[in-house]
Amino acid sequence: MKKKNTILLSTPYGLWMLGFTIIPLLMVVGYGLTSRSDGSFTLDNIRLIASPENRRALWLSVRLSLLSTLFCLLIAYPLAMVLRNMKFKSNSLLVMLFIMPMWINSLLRIVAWQNILERKGVLNTLLQFLHLPAVNIINSPAAIVLGMVYDFLPFMILPLYNTLVKIDENVINAAHDLGAGNFHTFTRIIFPLSIPGVISGITMVFVPSLTTFVISDILGGSKVLLIGNVIEQQFQKLANWHSGSGLSLVLMLFVLLSMALVAKYDKGEGSANVW
Amino acid sequence: MIDNKLIELVNITKRYDGNTVIDELNLYIRENEFLTLLGPSGCGKTTTLRIIGGFETPDEGKVLFNGKDITKLPPNERQLNTVFQKYALFTHMTIAENIAFGLKIKKKSREYIKDKIKYALKLVNLDGYENRMPDSLSGGQQQRIAIARAIVNEPKVLLLDEPLGALDLKLRQDMQYELIRLKNELGITFVYVTHDQEEALTMSDTIMVMNQGYIQQIGSPEDIYNEPKNAFVADFIGESNIISSTMVQDKLVNILGADFPCVDTGFGQNTPVDVVIRPEDIDLVAPENGIITGRVTSLIFKGVHYEMEVMANGYEWLVHSTDMASVGSEVGIRVDPFDIQIMNKPESEDEKATAGEL
Repeated sequence: MKKKNTILLSTPYGLWMLGFTIIPLLMVVGYGLTSRSDGSFTLDNIRLIASPENRRALWLSVRLSLLSTLFCLLIAYPLAMVLRNMKFKSNSLLVMLFIMPMWINSLLRIVAWQNILERKGVLNTLLQFLHLPAVNIINSPAAIVLGMVYDFLPFMILPLYNTLVKIDENVINAAHDLGAGNFHTFTRIIFPLSIPGVISGITMVFVPSLTTFVISDILGGSKVLLIGNVIEQQFQKLANWHSGSGLSLVLMLFVLLSMALVAKYDKGEGSANVW
Repeated sequence: MIDNKLIELVNITKRYDGNTVIDELNLYIRENEFLTLLGPSGCGKTTTLRIIGGFETPDEGKVLFNGKDITKLPPNERQLNTVFQKYALFTHMTIAENIAFGLKIKKKSREYIKDKIKYALKLVNLDGYENRMPDSLSGGQQQRIAIARAIVNEPKVLLLDEPLGALDLKLRQDMQYELIRLKNELGITFVYVTHDQEEALTMSDTIMVMNQGYIQQIGSPEDIYNEPKNAFVADFIGESNIISSTMVQDKLVNILGADFPCVDTGFGQNTPVDVVIRPEDIDLVAPENGIITGRVTSLIFKGVHYEMEVMANGYEWLVHSTDMASVGSEVGIRVDPFDIQIMNKPESEDEKATAGEL
């Protein structure tokens, strides 16, 4: 009876997952490991990553993603600490304020940044008005990192805030009580205890940064090519599903690696369970 | 006992959002004393402890340690350590690392720390637990680690904030004896916060009963139990019959219309008073031998004794006795004169709270 109920209740999601996650995934694997010409098994599609321009794109993606993750961490950690230490009840409102941009369509937000950063965009008009030199960061890696940080920052704040807020005040008091000043209390107690949140936040930012092509498309023009753009081109412009899938598999390997990292450090504490 | 005041609280007042939780509290703690702050939740006992520990700053008043003003000193610069409610162990560290934490901060040598860990674990009967993680220990074991972590720093005073609150009854009783033993072995001062009167009576040298931010009574467990200063203390410590009565003259009190001889003097004539009689001090006798008579309305077997309720002269008397009187039977009530505790009636609500300071 009980088992029957479980099956019944999980059917809608099960079907959803089968149709929109498992089957497409198998299709990607299928396309990625077969030849376009005769459909026979081949590793050529995966080997495509070794070509100089693809390698460059992957390397740039990894670098920019790491950079944006680092910036997110540097911005989000102090903020999460401040939110944690807020005693009054409205801090859930404040958390919401930082999460709110997530509810606006991602594409729209990036287009907004394009308008701000453009050569004759909002930023430069303002700088001109103030008689300051113009900045030209549109269509550069810097603009892409900025877009990534802006887009993914909430994904860093939430898990960090969740782990920090769960640290018992008395654990911090105990550290002070045993003679630790603020510095040692942070380095030896608060930070180590927040590592599950840090790891979770890092993957939440790193993975979408690594795979994005929209941000690099809009803020990078056609001048900066990330691995996401390369894959998009394979599907959209060249209609080569096989090579696109092959490259996707390589990218997926990176994603799985970072997931494995989370699983290792985040022992079911569920810092990502808000999702 | 050495009569040296180690810690002194002078006129401490603490308010939260306009609510006064502690009102002009004065208290001193002697060296080597086991002092228990006892009271219902919200009485200000934990706040008092946190002020001593340095986790709260009083709005008014001073905290003196060995005569020196430490009111503004942060916790990490005070010569005392705290054992927190629910242990507050560092879950990302092993037991050894937990215990070593304070010593490492103080940059003690590796050898010294190693010896100290061994000594502390032996003291709390947990040798060999160095490399375990806190989560793998039971509640009682975690509490003992929390104590070990505090005492390796050789504090002059150990503050304990309801340390046994999360443990089950049997373990709590065992830990009470453990704490007494520890205190005797270490020879340091314990300040202990609890709402459990039995715990307070078992362990303390001195009990301070608090209510609504005021001290109700300070005294030895015997004093507090046998001679409660007011109805609050009598009611909070143990079970009791508190009866509104009239002091007829010295050594004679009229309780519910009957004259009982007592030993108290100096209350004047025909003064309204509160009388406290402990349930175990009431003797049930044959009706013709009682000062008043009544009928047994309930009988419960409690193991060591029977708990009975006797309706007499319009009051339900609570009686503990090893002899049983069956429900419905007619009994006489007698009380030995020295078992009757007379208290002045408080005249106002505010006085009810401050009664202990008179």
